[in-house]
Amino acid sequence: MRIGIVCPYSWDVPGGVQFHVRDLAEYFIGLGHDVSVLAPADDDTPLPPYVVSAGRAVPVPYNGSVARLNFGFLSAARVRRWLHDGAFDVVHIHEPTSPSLGLLTCWAAQGPMVATFHTSNPRSRAMIAAYSILQAALEKISARIAVSEYARRTLVEHLGGDAVVIPNGVDVDFFAKAEPRPEWQGDTIGFIGRIDEPRKGLPVLMKALPKILAARPGTRLLVAGRGDEEAAVESLPAELRSRVEFLGMVSDEDKARFLRSLDLYVAPNTGGESFGIILVEALSAGAPVLASDLDAFAQVLDQGAAGELFANEDADALAEAAVRLLADPERRAELSERGSVHVRRFDWSTVGADILSVYETVTAGAAAVAAVERPGLRARFGLARD
Amino acid sequence: MVIGLYLSWTAGRLDRLHSRIDAARAALDAQLLRRASVAQELATSGVLDPAASIVLYEAAHAARQAEEEQREVAESELSQALRVVFEEPQQVEEVREAPGGEAAASELGEAVRRVPMARRFHNDAVGAARRLREHRKVRWFRLAGHAPFPMAFEMDDEPPTALADRAA
Repeated sequence: MRIGIVCPYSWDVPGGVQFHVRDLAEYFIGLGHDVSVLAPADDDTPLPPYVVSAGRAVPVPYNGSVARLNFGFLSAARVRRWLHDGAFDVVHIHEPTSPSLGLLTCWAAQGPMVATFHTSNPRSRAMIAAYSILQAALEKISARIAVSEYARRTLVEHLGGDAVVIPNGVDVDFFAKAEPRPEWQGDTIGFIGRIDEPRKGLPVLMKALPKILAARPGTRLLVAGRGDEEAAVESLPAELRSRVEFLGMVSDEDKARFLRSLDLYVAPNTGGESFGIILVEALSAGAPVLASDLDAFAQVLDQGAAGELFANEDADALAEAAVRLLADPERRAELSERGSVHVRRFDWSTVGADILSVYETVTAGAAAVAAVERPGLRARFGLARD
Repeated sequence: MVIGLYLSWTAGRLDRLHSRIDAARAALDAQLLRRASVAQELATSGVLDPAASIVLYEAAHAARQAEEEQREVAESELSQALRVVFEEPQQVEEVREAPGGEAAASELGEAVRRVPMARRFHNDAVGAARRLREHRKVRWFRLAGHAPFPMAFEMDDEPPTALADRAA
């Protein structure tokens, strides 16, 4: 099958959607499919052979912050050329609601289109015109995928219609077979995420840490992720700061070994998560997981069966649960075992097969994807003015 | 007597400056509003691609709805959005080719060139009034009364080159 995948975010910036697209593309290539990924990238970024650059994303003020987006005449021309050269059986668009490549592709293509909604950006107010612009493009999508029940619900609320839920995929064995590293073992709590992004929840964990250390002085907190390390430990009493170790950005291999080594993985995120791929990775590595009770996290952790949940933003609850788990190796082994079984449903072999069956459903009997013949501007303008 | 006349003359001068500011501000508001309206009209016309439409629409909407304190930021963001959307001369060309597009493009071109002008006239009047008000005779004798201290309107009003050039 000839598959075209559209990634809306810059290939050179690491992010959940980018990784998902990369893994999905590589999984399908492994199965012998013909895959091409269209993604924004700087001209000098080295790209894997299956990625086609859609040009550089430009910074634009959007939704209260500066977003890097692709749109306009040149990007549209590149999308059309990619569609034309690719002659895809199906095009898979990621994040079609962000005003970037995904939406542009919806507009420029016709034929079988699948779209995955990763996050849902809840709008502060209904924007009638923006909504109708969006709807006109989204109507062309033949099948919608939401990455979690939560993402699906917001999609239904904000845009109407429905979607099938297919979670993000993880290469479970990559994590399950990683070798633990001795220096990360022994009474260790782990955290992965941007240090200076408060929604990732490191401040909550820092608030809970003195209590955890009071009960178990031998505990170490290992933090993997970018950000200002000085500022992160500012709230801690000086004598406890040595119990926090920063590892900086870690490679995929080190991330797997890191998760394999931990006694407890803590995800204190306070919001903004629609899936929680990091939890799936931690479960794959067999790390006992303690996470805030966000909707998305509760889903991934099977409502607490595959990992423990604590009340969101409640540092005391976090400390209490962490101390209890650290003191109870049996409970941790039980969580680890249940997690390893539960997480199989997120393995690429399951997720990839599900996505492939979506492709097959929409391509059955349909013609290949093509670039839209540009309708006369007169006609379009006439319609818009009616 | 002479001092009194001088003070009264100064007060009159100040009053004239304040009304000049009011008029300049009204003109600036009109230009900004006009720019936002044309941008919004173009965004909803279907001539632009949907991604550009949404970015432009939201920027124009935010500019029109902005509270006084956020006005400068919102208007600057609209300038940035306009620059990005109309960065390519072909994009402007495409708008011009649409029926009624010629008029819309020149209206927008006019608006983006007039905003910086109106803003300069306004800030010029504000500067003149501020210099006078800072003078001690004005401060000591409270000649300005309760009129608020005039503030300049600071924003990024750089027009998109592709639009501003053509609209000459």
